[in-house]
Amino acid sequence: MTQAQALRDDTPLDVVALYMFTGLAALGALLATALSPDPSFRFSSWIMLAAFLVAFLAMSVQMANGKLRSDPTRYADGVIRAGVIATMFWAVAGLSAGVLVAAQLSWPTIFYFPDLEWLNFGRLRPLHTSAVIFAFGGNALIATSFWVVQRTCKARLAGGVWPWFVFWGYQLFIVLAATGYLAGITQSREYAEPEWYVDLWLTIVWVAYLLVFLGTIWKRKEPHIYVANWFYLAFIVTVAILHVINNAAVPAGLLEAKSYSAAAGVQDALIQWWYGHNAVAFFLTVPFLAMMYYFVPKRAERPVYSYRLSIVHFWSLIFIYIWAGPHHLHFTALPQWAQTLGMTFSIMLWMPSWGGMINGFMTLSGAWDKVRTDPVIRMFVVAMAFYGMATFEGPLMSIRAVNALSHYTDWTIGHVHSGALGWNGFITFACLYCMTPWLWKKERLYSNALVEWHFWIATTGILLYISSMWISGVMEGLMWREYTPQGYLANAFVETVAAKHIPNMIRTLGGLMFLSGALIMTYNLWRTIRMPSSAPESASATPAAQLIAAE
Amino acid sequence: MSERERDDHTGTETTGHEWDGIKELDTPLPRWWLWVFYGSIAWAVVYWILMPAWPGISGYTRGVLGRSDRAAVVQELGALAHHRQAGEARLRTASLQQIEADPELQAYAMQVGQSVFGDNCATCHGAGGAGAKGYPNLRDDVWLWGGTLDEIRHTIQVGVRSGHPGARGETVMPAFGRDQMLGARQVDDLTEYVVALSGRKADAAAAARARQTFADQCAACHGPAGAGDVARGIPNLTDAEWLYGSDRAAIRDQIWNGRNGVMPTWEARFSPETIKALAVYVHANAGGEAEPAAPAAAAPEESAAGAAR
Repeated sequence: MTQAQALRDDTPLDVVALYMFTGLAALGALLATALSPDPSFRFSSWIMLAAFLVAFLAMSVQMANGKLRSDPTRYADGVIRAGVIATMFWAVAGLSAGVLVAAQLSWPTIFYFPDLEWLNFGRLRPLHTSAVIFAFGGNALIATSFWVVQRTCKARLAGGVWPWFVFWGYQLFIVLAATGYLAGITQSREYAEPEWYVDLWLTIVWVAYLLVFLGTIWKRKEPHIYVANWFYLAFIVTVAILHVINNAAVPAGLLEAKSYSAAAGVQDALIQWWYGHNAVAFFLTVPFLAMMYYFVPKRAERPVYSYRLSIVHFWSLIFIYIWAGPHHLHFTALPQWAQTLGMTFSIMLWMPSWGGMINGFMTLSGAWDKVRTDPVIRMFVVAMAFYGMATFEGPLMSIRAVNALSHYTDWTIGHVHSGALGWNGFITFACLYCMTPWLWKKERLYSNALVEWHFWIATTGILLYISSMWISGVMEGLMWREYTPQGYLANAFVETVAAKHIPNMIRTLGGLMFLSGALIMTYNLWRTIRMPSSAPESASATPAAQLIAAE
Repeated sequence: MSERERDDHTGTETTGHEWDGIKELDTPLPRWWLWVFYGSIAWAVVYWILMPAWPGISGYTRGVLGRSDRAAVVQELGALAHHRQAGEARLRTASLQQIEADPELQAYAMQVGQSVFGDNCATCHGAGGAGAKGYPNLRDDVWLWGGTLDEIRHTIQVGVRSGHPGARGETVMPAFGRDQMLGARQVDDLTEYVVALSGRKADAAAAARARQTFADQCAACHGPAGAGDVARGIPNLTDAEWLYGSDRAAIRDQIWNGRNGVMPTWEARFSPETIKALAVYVHANAGGEAEPAAPAAAAPEESAAGAAR
């Protein structure tokens, strides 16, 4: 099929633009694959070439059939449905990788594959972290932000077909990053492992995301911008800045995978952890609060507790969070004054973080009976509780005296997972349980009993996970600092590893339970999608008079 | 747009805004929240005044307490050195044999040695010193480089094939198969010959065919009877200890690929006193050879005792 045939005269401009972009990208990937001397780079560019060619062909077919048109009277929900499915898929993938690395730590002789280097712990661990944060979390954020911004602005997503570019472009980023980890292509920066060309691709996708989101807010038919959209916008803008600055690097060659960081030494480390901590802030906190601000009042059918609190805690959170990164580098070559600032700003962050939790909990005032009757509301409550706990534990661990014990131990792993499993995981699951019936026009979920099972298995799993990691972390920290009366270290490192065997096994069990819950959810949502449609006007799909929630 | 209205449950007014059915109450900031927030800011300001905090053009505010991590580290390391001083002085002046003869001093050396062994040697030799394939077992009575106190101390000090000028016997076993010095059949026969050397059942015909090969290629280092040479770290082929494995496949693999183990020199990392303590620890805890005064009798017993521990 040639371009001339595919492009009809009445094809919208946004489709033409994306079509040409995809064609040029395919051409670029072809040239890169043909000319690159570096097998690692060729490995990635083959993937890009395949992705762009498939996209180009798919668009050709769809355009020839007169599809890809945007109906301004309807919400763009197709891309959100795709996002919900992608979120489920990546949840299972990312959590499975986590269970595997946990098993490798528990039984290193059994889950050790010397002949399969891509299953090495060192490659699987960043695969796990990136899969849950960026693939699972990122897809959940893109999907919910597209839902929330349309409903609260009473406007269809801006950019015509470009929201689909954001979705598929982001999946391509995930695949490039994940295959890169397995193939050993990494710039060794925590949460920013992908090499420069993957970073560039993500930048393009992210700018498109920003423009789609801003364009939708621009088109809004509401006089004010809803609080959830402030949080989403802060997330998109700040992640763009963090990503570009932290990944500034000079490639070893134009068509080579390897690159060298623009900064060096302790400056490089500080930039990395300024980024790393704000990945927690602006990826895992701020936009998930946006989810809370829309879905909790919506599900509970109660007004948001305090508009003023939402303003004050939003701005204080944004302003203070960006300073807290140096607490990842306590007692290192980082100057002490920078450590002081990182620690004190972390302490000041406590109340701004809790502002969100208070607003979430108090919104349920008048609807607490639903905690008993609605397992989805209960998931929101547990998510906010873990959010509150993790945002108290974080400032606590940033105190230098505490950090001297906790740093580099399993305590940090436990802290991260009480946030990731309890807060990010549960609030995302609850949002998926809300959105799936709305998006597929069903009256209800396939099974509330399965939600109950998911809730209790996953909650028990989280508790096993974090309590075993607290015990193992504190024990490990105490063992590391113990001296003999003669003035020599009492424990060899390997002894501290051996001492963690049982907590490690409990952690694996906890992770397995959390994964089991996600599998139950996936089954439940899949059966919900396959149920016969029966709810043309379900609660949240009720649009403005001129907008119908469908595509 | 919509009017401010009063929420029945809380009695609070809404802001009058509405998005997709969501309204907002105009609840004031919770007082306790606000005061804890102010309190944490006040605490931060106090901390900034006391401790190193804000950068300027040419330096930073040092804080009225005058605290400094770098100074604290120097001080703590000094205190540790001071704490270790008395014990180290005794190790310095005593000979290895004197340390071993003095129960109190030996116990001290064992404590030091255990700590240092765990964080440095156990990585290869195992937490208990039992070694692994390619890493010598320190608990048996077979010593590639000699098992007396002085020999162990020397090995720790200079390492093996470490590039240290004092390193002994920089011999290298050739890769007879990989480098095509011998054919596959010859290596197979040689394997049988080596199996026979250690007193095990072997293919007599193959071993006979390899007799000349062994004399030509192997005897120069391993000796005509295959007994090795401790002075040059040449393994004894007639005993039951095998660094790279005792079965036919492992022996053949070693003849074919000729691996040569490396141990770092620890001279730059440890003080002479620490190396002494480590030698005493390895010698006593891991079944080292008895001192030359009574060479023959003690070794098997010590080995058995070492294994039992």
